[in-house]
Amino acid sequence: MLLLPCPFCGARAETEFVFGGDGSVAPPPEGENASDAAWTEALYFRDNPRGAHRELWFHRHGCRRWIAVERDTVSHAILRAELLVPSARKDGQA
Amino acid sequence: MRYSVFSLIRNAFSGHTDWPAAWREPEPRAYYDTIIVGGGGHGLATAYYLAKEHGVTDLAVVEKGYLGSGNVGRNTTIIRSNYLMPANTGFYEWSLKLWEGLEQDFNFNAMVSQRGVLNLFHSDAQRDASARRGNAMRLNGVDAELLDREQVRRMVPLLDMENARFPVKGGLLQPRGGTVRHDAVAWGYARGADQRGVDLLQNCEVTGIRVQDGRVVGVETTRGFIGARRVGLACAGHSSHVAAMAGLRLPIETHVLQAFVSEGVKPVLDQVVTYGAGHFYISQSDKGGLVFGGDLDGYNSYAQRGNMPVVEEVMEMGLQLFPAFSRLRYVRQWGGVMDMSMDGSPIIDRTPIAGLYLNCGWCYGGFKATPASGWCFAWTIAKDEPHRLNAGFRLDRFATGHVIDEKGAGTTPNLH
Ligand SMILES: Cc1cc2nc3c(=O)[nH]c(=O)nc-3n(C[C@H](O)[C@H](O)[C@H](O)COP(=O)(O)OP(=O)(O)OC[C@H]3O[C@@H](n4cnc5c(N)ncnc54)[C@H](O)[C@@H]3O)c2cc1C
Ligand SMILES: [Zn+2]
Repeated sequence: MLLLPCPFCGARAETEFVFGGDGSVAPPPEGENASDAAWTEALYFRDNPRGAHRELWFHRHGCRRWIAVERDTVSHAILRAELLVPSARKDGQA
Repeated sequence: MRYSVFSLIRNAFSGHTDWPAAWREPEPRAYYDTIIVGGGGHGLATAYYLAKEHGVTDLAVVEKGYLGSGNVGRNTTIIRSNYLMPANTGFYEWSLKLWEGLEQDFNFNAMVSQRGVLNLFHSDAQRDASARRGNAMRLNGVDAELLDREQVRRMVPLLDMENARFPVKGGLLQPRGGTVRHDAVAWGYARGADQRGVDLLQNCEVTGIRVQDGRVVGVETTRGFIGARRVGLACAGHSSHVAAMAGLRLPIETHVLQAFVSEGVKPVLDQVVTYGAGHFYISQSDKGGLVFGGDLDGYNSYAQRGNMPVVEEVMEMGLQLFPAFSRLRYVRQWGGVMDMSMDGSPIIDRTPIAGLYLNCGWCYGGFKATPASGWCFAWTIAKDEPHRLNAGFRLDRFATGHVIDEKGAGTTPNLH
């Protein structure tokens, strides 16, 4: 059983969370203008590391916040966990 | 040596102490025409068909552990060809046909047992979906039978038909589906390849792929550099980091799937049965143990072991179908790490690097594919172009939009 250290709620069992996949993937900047190749990379291609993996988890049965966790995919050791704060867009829009 | 009833009798007289080793243990040579990375089912089958069908015998299989230490020896042994998408149907049906002749072909008892695969349904909507799938299969020349409640009840007497939430309404049966002794598949292909001159190099991990001017020239291994004109990757759960050695990035995540075996009991279950209202499948091995499994653990993992929540969930689902099994003890459990591809379908293709070929993305359905995967990959390597049967399993389908998503689950590898 994974114990995920939610920054709000403390260490909680994995069954309270929904896995949100690779957290290092960013959608291409300026969505509509991005090239097909950039979208293909973002949607389908992954580093899939054997070791430290930055990934997203949604605390569904807790604070209902998204957290970013760094976990070792071989030992399952949790290396880091932080709240996911959406970064502001460069052009100042929300 | 040819295995037969006569060789069995002859060796019985010497107390079975004189059987020759099934394959050699050669030292790596400095150069091979072709190298296959990964001594699992797919790698060994590829080597076998390369040697047998295409006469490529200057060939080595490079395996980091022992032969069959990966998923080929960890799966729940189910074979079937009940697919819906055109790119899949022809391929998996070819695989089933190869299974049907495999033991005679490679002269090894793989205990291919066509005991039938029964997919249960529990609602009217699921019945419609099953009928549609069954019709699609029959139109493609694959066997399928839609069973009603009473037929299912007679066939699988231990099933709880009256589950209050998910009563069994019937099932879609593929009579030619079944199970195969998985280790014997690895051993049979290994022995057949070795007999044709293929070197099987065990305890030899590939640590680098050497590329010069856009062409592969060999692999770095823990037993030294081995040169080659062509390299085929068949590394199942490890495809991403092996392909990364050649600078490739793949549409794959690695996930763990668990399997379970109960104590042995007398025959109680004659088919493979799958639950339609949850992810659960079960069959009984010839030793009497019930072999079963369910969902992935759900998050990226290279650990060949699973976690408790899925253990609990699988047991719960099993008991919903077969309450009688609550009395059984389960005795063994393990995990295997698999390539979960972004559309749930595999890749058998060339790569942008000349001489480098890719076989990956088998998710948790790659055992049944073993013969056809080896057969098609051997063709792709020998002819430097895909066979008609694997023409859909292209690496560039993610860029062109020709994804093959049986489930319609989207880019969620943990849900395929
Ligand atoms: C629990 C479980 C149940 C399953 N049930 C079924 C089922 O019922 N039906 C079905 O069809 N499929 C099933 N599967 C899926 C199936 O087992 C796999 O898709 C299939 O075995 C993968 O192909 P393979 O046999 O070549 O893999 P493997 O046997 O894993 O072969 C890959 C090999 O590559 C080697 N390797 C990796 N990296 C390197 C390196 N750097 N250098 C050298 N060698 C390397 C590994 O050691 C391994 O031996 C199941 C899988 C699991 C884990
Ligand atoms: Zn929380």
